[in-house]
Amino acid sequence: MAKRRERAGPLEYSRKLWLRLWLVATLLFLYAPIAILILFSFNNSRRNIVWQGFTLDYYRKAAGDPSLLEAFTNTLTIGLISTVISTVIGALLALALWRFRFPGKPALEGALALPIVIPEICMGVALLAFFVRTGWPTQLPWPLNLGPIVIGHIAFSFPFVAIVVRARMAGFDRALEEASKDLGAGEWQTFRNITLPYMRPGLIAGGLLAMTLSLDDFVITFFTSGPETLTFPIKVYSMVRFGATPEVNAASTVLIAVTILFTVIAMRLQRPAAGT
Amino acid sequence: MSVLPSVQVEGLAKRFGQIVAVDRVSLAIDANEFFALLGPSGCGKTTLLRMLAGLELPSAGRILIDGEDMAGVVPNRRPVNMVFQSYAVFPHMTVADNVAYGLRVSGVPRAEIAPKVEAALAMVRLEGFDERRPEQLSGGQRQRVALARALIKRPKVLLLDEPLSALDKKLREEMQLELVRLQQEVGITFVIVTHDQDEALSMANRIAVMDHGRILQIAPPDELYEQPNCRMVADFIGTTNLFPARVLARADGGIRLEARGIGELHLPEDGQPGIEVGIAVRPEKVRISCDRPADGLIAVPGRIAQLAYFGDYSHVFVDAGADVRITCYRTNDRRRQATALAVGDACWVSWDPADCILLTE
Repeated sequence: MAKRRERAGPLEYSRKLWLRLWLVATLLFLYAPIAILILFSFNNSRRNIVWQGFTLDYYRKAAGDPSLLEAFTNTLTIGLISTVISTVIGALLALALWRFRFPGKPALEGALALPIVIPEICMGVALLAFFVRTGWPTQLPWPLNLGPIVIGHIAFSFPFVAIVVRARMAGFDRALEEASKDLGAGEWQTFRNITLPYMRPGLIAGGLLAMTLSLDDFVITFFTSGPETLTFPIKVYSMVRFGATPEVNAASTVLIAVTILFTVIAMRLQRPAAGT
Repeated sequence: MSVLPSVQVEGLAKRFGQIVAVDRVSLAIDANEFFALLGPSGCGKTTLLRMLAGLELPSAGRILIDGEDMAGVVPNRRPVNMVFQSYAVFPHMTVADNVAYGLRVSGVPRAEIAPKVEAALAMVRLEGFDERRPEQLSGGQRQRVALARALIKRPKVLLLDEPLSALDKKLREEMQLELVRLQQEVGITFVIVTHDQDEALSMANRIAVMDHGRILQIAPPDELYEQPNCRMVADFIGTTNLFPARVLARADGGIRLEARGIGELHLPEDGQPGIEVGIAVRPEKVRISCDRPADGLIAVPGRIAQLAYFGDYSHVFVDAGADVRITCYRTNDRRRQATALAVGDACWVSWDPADCILLTE
């Protein structure tokens, strides 16, 4: 005897056909291009329009391209340095806003959102003007030549860190800090033993955000990089102008892999301290 | 032999901007005393406790703990420990790490910590919970962790901020007994803040009743209940029938008074003729009867307005004239006794004049 299927309840959206179709369409729209990008990085065809067969040639070619390698190294270097610095600055700012009341606090909170809402192109122009006006030296050896880009990246990514960490701290019971001091710990011990572990998921999330923002930034990097410095997004852009070759796909795939790796590491780090 | 008070507070005050949270409070708490700060919320009792812990700085006054002035002593250097209302158990540490924390940050060698943690957990009956995480514990267990964590430091004074308010009724009663047992066992001065009078009455050796930042009365529980020094205390501790009255004259080694709802009466007290006073009588001292009570008792006729049955006893509310309602507790010491009373019945309420509390403030 065939069982009659029960009708979906009013809140069982996951059992409604139209909603499932919508979900599939959304996922397809989001991830199909990425999947195809990765797939075609293994395509044995120069023009890279039709699938010709599997090859790792273009990974080899990409790895042998010195300017691509340089761009890749630069991007990772900029990303790491700006992530570390903006995480520290952002966390300190978040702590200050969370802990203290001081005159001008609302103004500071407003100003904090500015680098987030300001159009990137404006920020790029402003930074360019700043570096030109201050006569920032341009002919520096690596990695000092990345300075302006790093500064630009920190400028737009630390507010993101501050906002994420601030949100995390909103749920912090201040009695925990008081209990720590009451039990004999000093300010620094309390910060290291109690506040920092609580803040950690926020720091990791904020740091990841800063890293992602830095890795794929094009506009601000374009304005702040000197004529000699190349980053990955800018290199890809210049390569694509002469046609989308599988090397671009291969290099992009590697970048995706690196990003996923960072995310996995970050989630691993977050796990033991997951408690609220 | 004079024993130094464990805590001595002199003219202590705390202002937050315009608001006076604690208003020139002075008190002394003896060593090994179980002392309660009792008052409605917002009366300044928690602020007072936090000043003892060093978490708030006094605006004026002095705090001496074990004879030492605490001015300028930071919380982590004070010989007191606190159990917070939210327990403040560190969420990212195990139970054992929580309890060990105070010793660890003070640089006690690791080898000495482990047995002490074991003993502290045994004291609060949490043996075997070492490796649990706070989110795996119930509210009562978290409270025990907070207690063990504070007691392991062997403070001179243990401060408890509304420690039982988050627990359900049964657990609360259990913890009350437990706290008294612990206090006797460890021999440390306990200062507890509570808004729950039952808690204060059943646990404390002495109670300070606070309101609007001031201390109204400091007394042992029975004295506080039977001999309150003002209307506010009489009203806050337990239930009270309060009659506004006026002193008529001094007579027969006492005073004659005219009380609203009772009429004229004579009390063996003293007072200036003409002053307005209050006469308070506790509901359990009031008897209810159908017949006119014997002479010598204060007796008022009335009508039963409401009955509330609680199993072991009943509350009987009697209307005795306009705007005069007298509450009376009746022990249900016989089966089917309470059924003898019904709303609307005419009755007499009476009590011994000696059970009247004269309140001049």
